[in-house]
Amino acid sequence: MSMLYTVMILKKVLESELWFTVLHRKIKPLAVEARLRNREKKKMTLGLINANPVVQAKKERLVRTQPDQYRDDGVDPLDIYEYVRDIRDPEHPYTLEQLSVLSEESVTVDDQLDRILIKFTPTVQHCSMATIIGLCLRAKLKECLPLHYKVDILVSPGSHADEDSVNKQLNDKERVAAAMENPNLRQLVDECIYSDEI
Amino acid sequence: MVETNQLTQYLETFVDITRSPTEQDDSRKAIASSLDNDSLSINQLVREMELYLTTTDNVVRARGILLLAEVLDSLKAKPLTNAIVHTLVGFFSEKLADWRALRGALVGCLALMKRKDVAGVVTHIDAQAMAKSMLQNVQLQALAPHDRKLGFELLEFLLQQYSEAMSTMGNLLVYATCEAIDGEKDPQCLIVAFHLIELLAQLFPSPSGPLASDASDLFEVFGCYFPLHFTHTKDDETNIRREDLARGLSLAISSTPLFEPYAIPLLLEKLSSSLPIAKVDSLKCLKDCAMKYGVDRMKKHYGALWSALKDTFYSSTGTHLSFALESITSPGFEINEIHNEAVSLLQRLVEQDISFLGFVVEDIRINTVFDTISRYSQFRGMPDTSKLEVLVISQILSVSAKASVQSCNIIFQTFFFRLMNTLGIVEKTSNGDVVQNGNFTVSTRLYHGGLHLCIELLAASKDLTLGFEECSPTPDCAQESWCSMVKRFSVPLIQVFASAVYSSSDDSVADVYLGVKGLLTMGMFWGGSSPVSRSEFEKILVTLTSIITSKSGKTMVWELALKALVWIGSFIDRYHETDKARSYMSIVVDKLVSLACSGHCGLPYPMMLEATSEVCSTGSKYVEKMVLGLEEAFCSSLSDFYVNGNFKSVDKCSHLLGCLTNKLLPRVAEIDGLEKLLVHFAISMWNQIESCGVFSCDFNGGEFVEAAITIMGQIVGIALVDSQNSIIQKAYRVVLSSTLAAMESIPLTFVALEDLQRDLSTRDELILSLFASIIIAASPAASIPDARSLIHLFLVSLHKGYIPAAQALGSMVNKLGRGTGGTYITSGCSLEEACDIIFQADFASGEKISSNGSGKIICGSETTLSKICLGFCGSLEHQTHAITGLAWIGKGLLMRGDERVNEIALVLVECLKSTNCSGHALHPSAMKHAADAFSILMSDSEVCLNRKFHAVIRPLYKQRFFSKIVPILESLIMNFQTPLSRKMLHVALAHVISNVPVTVILDNTKKLQPMILEGLSVLSIDSVEKETLFSLLLVLSGTLTDTKGQQSAEDNAHIIIECLVKLTSYPNLMVVRETAIQCLLALLELPHRRIYPFRIQVLQAIAKSLDDPKRRVRGEAIKCRQAWASITSTNIPF
Repeated sequence: MSMLYTVMILKKVLESELWFTVLHRKIKPLAVEARLRNREKKKMTLGLINANPVVQAKKERLVRTQPDQYRDDGVDPLDIYEYVRDIRDPEHPYTLEQLSVLSEESVTVDDQLDRILIKFTPTVQHCSMATIIGLCLRAKLKECLPLHYKVDILVSPGSHADEDSVNKQLNDKERVAAAMENPNLRQLVDECIYSDEI
Repeated sequence: MVETNQLTQYLETFVDITRSPTEQDDSRKAIASSLDNDSLSINQLVREMELYLTTTDNVVRARGILLLAEVLDSLKAKPLTNAIVHTLVGFFSEKLADWRALRGALVGCLALMKRKDVAGVVTHIDAQAMAKSMLQNVQLQALAPHDRKLGFELLEFLLQQYSEAMSTMGNLLVYATCEAIDGEKDPQCLIVAFHLIELLAQLFPSPSGPLASDASDLFEVFGCYFPLHFTHTKDDETNIRREDLARGLSLAISSTPLFEPYAIPLLLEKLSSSLPIAKVDSLKCLKDCAMKYGVDRMKKHYGALWSALKDTFYSSTGTHLSFALESITSPGFEINEIHNEAVSLLQRLVEQDISFLGFVVEDIRINTVFDTISRYSQFRGMPDTSKLEVLVISQILSVSAKASVQSCNIIFQTFFFRLMNTLGIVEKTSNGDVVQNGNFTVSTRLYHGGLHLCIELLAASKDLTLGFEECSPTPDCAQESWCSMVKRFSVPLIQVFASAVYSSSDDSVADVYLGVKGLLTMGMFWGGSSPVSRSEFEKILVTLTSIITSKSGKTMVWELALKALVWIGSFIDRYHETDKARSYMSIVVDKLVSLACSGHCGLPYPMMLEATSEVCSTGSKYVEKMVLGLEEAFCSSLSDFYVNGNFKSVDKCSHLLGCLTNKLLPRVAEIDGLEKLLVHFAISMWNQIESCGVFSCDFNGGEFVEAAITIMGQIVGIALVDSQNSIIQKAYRVVLSSTLAAMESIPLTFVALEDLQRDLSTRDELILSLFASIIIAASPAASIPDARSLIHLFLVSLHKGYIPAAQALGSMVNKLGRGTGGTYITSGCSLEEACDIIFQADFASGEKISSNGSGKIICGSETTLSKICLGFCGSLEHQTHAITGLAWIGKGLLMRGDERVNEIALVLVECLKSTNCSGHALHPSAMKHAADAFSILMSDSEVCLNRKFHAVIRPLYKQRFFSKIVPILESLIMNFQTPLSRKMLHVALAHVISNVPVTVILDNTKKLQPMILEGLSVLSIDSVEKETLFSLLLVLSGTLTDTKGQQSAEDNAHIIIECLVKLTSYPNLMVVRETAIQCLLALLELPHRRIYPFRIQVLQAIAKSLDDPKRRVRGEAIKCRQAWASITSTNIPF
């Protein structure tokens, strides 16, 4: 009798839209089930470059001490990092920070010359998403920074198989502008920048 | 009698499913009401409905039965004969088999079940028949959620009210319940289902009953819900929360011991899961089960339970032990919910059965800790694993010891002696003498882990005594073995703790912390039979006090010791320990108060005062001692100052007053008798001032004067009316005896005022300010002697520019009684008279000031004071003083709702005009004062005229003034004015607008918004008015976020955006820029067609703000830019 019950419950759980999922040692929780199915679907359509990345915990937001009322706060690397840490990875539902693509040390700022340099590390050597990630960084910073800053975006030296061409592509004004005019790419980039679902 | 036709019509309406629900509802109500007032009988209704109830058309039959059921539902209180009820029960029970009309049958059964006693109820036999039909015919899980819920509720009612009839059904009932619940997923149904199981368990408690045989199946059905996973958080109408469901499930699981073989293994397994919620639920449920299942059944699981509990303790405890000040009275490490539940489960298990303690005592892991604890001396130096061991085991032992006396004895017998040995503490000699220092050895090294364990054990036993002595008044624990053990070791223990306090090793913070915590614990044993004798208790106090008095900086140990003393003090006060209170008084309080009075100790004086006030505020006797001591000290140091000119004494006085204001005054309500003491203090302050004739030298003791004014005002504010009167009398005598009395006779002439230009002497100024602060704080019922001359005195001082005098005048006109009908007869001065004196005071000046009667109409009131304000006579300085004074007087009148404030407001407005009645504009500085006067009028003041100082406040006074003054200011701004006067008018308007409650603004947004916007642009020209500008901008932002305001914002969108865009680059105040950008963001709520044209303009302005020097502005700018860019489909061009 008990086995029959379990099977019936399992069937009902899987069939209907639920508020409840029944956690039992003989039953896999629904959420896991769904996620597995999603992942399989995704894999079939896209073919993930890095199917199982290492995910780090989100760091606590930096709480700045009450700034001095009479002094200007210059732009510092942490500011820039705040802007870009929450960009979503194009193929995973995690932020660039969680995937360790970016860290606090990856941003350098030269306030005198108005130059900003970002070095990011793709999750795998042959990552074809590197250019998309770079494009997202550029689009996001474009929105957050005044015009007089020059932004250089590079992959960390040695972290990508095709380092030079990626770097060249990311820092070529014409090619970036062309990429952003492509509606498909634009949509992908916007999704990554504005995604709040994480 | 309802006409048959009409009834048929009602029936048709209800049965016809094409009609709207409201129509159906109405007809049902009509039928129910005619039944209720007996114009229709049930019999008639049923006869009339026959066709509907028996037709083969499924829909019509279902509706018909539902109608009958719902009508019955609304007649629950109407008496019916047993025969009718019986027939109805029979009918509905039978209809339970008719699955197409099931809803009606269920509703009908429920309606009958719910009937009141007096109105005819269902009999047991009927109920049994109904249950049988229900169990045989209804397949609950095949129904829709709402029907399922009805079915569960019906079962619940049957089990609750007809348990005897139900019990005869035995196995069938259990089996059917199993089937009904199996696979249920709706939370509302589940809540009822869990309760059903509880009821079933109550019904069949016997181990050989029907439940016993099916217990395994039943448990299988509902056990699978554990731990409850419920993610539905949105509030719907039922509002079921996860806690309710989890509680219901837990009650169901623990409902009968028959579930024990299935429940405990499941719970233990879930406890080992890594899901926090599963752990918490299992612990809670295990606690319930332990209570319900009983010791015998639980016993076989003890081994597994102990190891699971131990694991839970290990996984839920952190390795961080805090040595901070706050944690001296708490465990000192983070506690989460899992830990809490584990603690309460362990405590319950030990309380219930002492044999569970055997597992604790014999645990290998615990025993090894005791052997290895002396391996590391410093807590910091321990590896994380040992830290964890120490913390967890201290927790386990202290929780088990707290459970009962017996367990406490066992724990102490097993571990305490070993612990003492490990720490190298040797018991005192057998003859009971206190051992001299040399006679025993304290180990040279202190083992932090051991000390921590030891403190936790002591604290547990202390809590144990406190715990049950709250219920039994005769504490008697002296015979208990733990008590005698502690007694044997108390002397060396105190010595060890004391030596830890004085340690100076490299990790002295931990040493000191543990030392003080140990002393604190030893000092808080309760009652006469406590293991710590009085002499030892005194030794603890001496040690702690000496730390406070000897060290010369605000070190950790000083603060810790102070906190410990305060805790001991409040402990003594709470448990009324007279013996210990005496020791505390003589050792701690006397010593500290005497030091605070003499001030001769190594400690800085403010710290000494802090320590004294903290310690003394634990009991009312101590407070008395302290206030009297401070009074003496104050008098002596003040006289020291004016005799010897010792400036240090003045400093001391101001510290002393500050301490009283900050530490004691806020606690007047808590401490009995403090009010009288403080009044006495105030009077002796006046005595002292009276006796010091002349200050030997001038001093710039602004600090002292300020402290004195504050405390005087506060004391009068809290005092009763009688005490206020006595203070006022005393103060008035002092004023009379001073040179101030002479000022009362000074005629208000300019010549005389010019003569007064030299300042008052320091002493007179002090007396004047103190007296003003008394008048400000006095309640309306207090009597003021010789009010007329006092008003005169204040008026003269006002013209000399003493703000407190102006405030005192404001308070007086605010509180004086009206004419003869007023309450204020004793003083012999009514409000009318006071106003006459203030406004009509005859300036017998050499030059004639009035406008020589040429028929020119001057502003509303032709008073002398207003003439000075308008600059007809007197110097500029004189004028500004008069304006400010007038504002305070006006505030007093405004708050009580007196009409005269209108005249004052008109005078102030007149000051702002570019061409006023005097024919020329005022000096800019005078204008500025007049504009700021509106801020005085409208804003709430901290120093006077507030609730604390008994001001008379008429409701909505701000609103009234607002509606009067705003039209005047508005029309003036509209008329042509010079730029300066225009700006000043705007400042005045801004003060009025920003101080009025925001709802008033929202009601008038349409009219006000253009004015606010113009004000913003006028004020943003320079940086002088930046604060006013900001408060005005806040008002604007308030209107933009409200729906009412948004309507008018829609009309003014172009001006608003233009104005805000300008403010985004306002260089003088960061918050202005930030708020302006936030306002721009709020504007996006407006209709798209209205804001879209401004998109480019706004985006350009925001792009500049991205480069703002301040980080917060940049952050807001990014958000705003993103929002504005997203209102269109095209992106920002790349």
